[in-house]
Amino acid sequence: MTTILTDRGDAQVEASNGLSVSAAEAERATGWTLKPEGMCRDEICVPLPSGMASGGRVDLAAFWRHLGNPVLSSEAGDVWMLGTGVEARRAALEGLEAPDFTLPDLAGKPHALSSLRGRKVFLATWASW
Amino acid sequence: MWQQLYSEIKSTGTMIVAIAEESRGAEHARQWIEAAKAEYWCLIDTDHRVADLYGMVNVPQSVWIDEQGRIVRPPETTGSTDHFRRMDLKTRTMAPEDQEARNAARVAYLDAVKAWATTGKHAMPANAARKRLPANTPDIAQAHAHFRLGVWLRAQGRTAEADRHLREASRLHPDSWNMWRQAADLEEVGRASGPAFWQRVQALGDKPYYPPPDFTPV
Repeated sequence: MTTILTDRGDAQVEASNGLSVSAAEAERATGWTLKPEGMCRDEICVPLPSGMASGGRVDLAAFWRHLGNPVLSSEAGDVWMLGTGVEARRAALEGLEAPDFTLPDLAGKPHALSSLRGRKVFLATWASW
Repeated sequence: MWQQLYSEIKSTGTMIVAIAEESRGAEHARQWIEAAKAEYWCLIDTDHRVADLYGMVNVPQSVWIDEQGRIVRPPETTGSTDHFRRMDLKTRTMAPEDQEARNAARVAYLDAVKAWATTGKHAMPANAARKRLPANTPDIAQAHAHFRLGVWLRAQGRTAEADRHLREASRLHPDSWNMWRQAADLEEVGRASGPAFWQRVQALGDKPYYPPPDFTPV
């Protein structure tokens, strides 16, 4: 199994030749769906250069670099970090819509920021260190 | 830690979401969260995902979000000040006037939060908020990727490889105290506020460690 880390969380996939994965696993790990017109998420489709997808599999590392995002992997190739690039960060914050996240409390219960829509939120970070 | 504030503003419908940036996991945050007896959300963020999404570079930092889910104050220092830099390191104490100024700054910040909760005061118009969004460069984007992978490898016990990524993250994003201090804490509890930390703070020179929040009307 190969682990993919994204800003959505962690996913386990069956990868071959680096980070070539099935379309279904690509979607589960990244939210991007393989369609005839390219890789699509929300209203956006990105055409794929030839060779990036074939036989229902996508080279996710190549696709991620094609999007202009950072891609890192461990020495053993068993974990891949699909990061968020400058353009995606600009797009996420410039509209001033607060990026959503879901995180657990001490008991492990997940809480989504978006469920507080309709209320003001004072979002404050801290740390023990 | 925010229960007093929350009890004063909860009737306005305002929620407090406290995020522990804690890559060692929930157990390292537990004692503070339990002591707070919090009615607001106290969440654990082992990956520093919130700092990544919002471009936060230190703790404590805050973001104010309005009823429509819009950022009306981008990340800023949550009432902390640089007075600690003049602390007597042997006795770990501050001069009384510094202590007083420090407390006053914290009270002023909490008052600003209360005013916003009640009347909407201090919310920035979109163009002003946009101007204060954090820095966004290819190096910073790359740093976040190295940091996340480093934290993951650390959790797997792959320490040497992890630390190479964590060091690279701090090299690419030297302004992120979060990245440097979390990495130091993962090496050894206490290291995040040890001699290497103080050297790094001194190297700031005239630059602030906690840039003061700006409440000048815009």
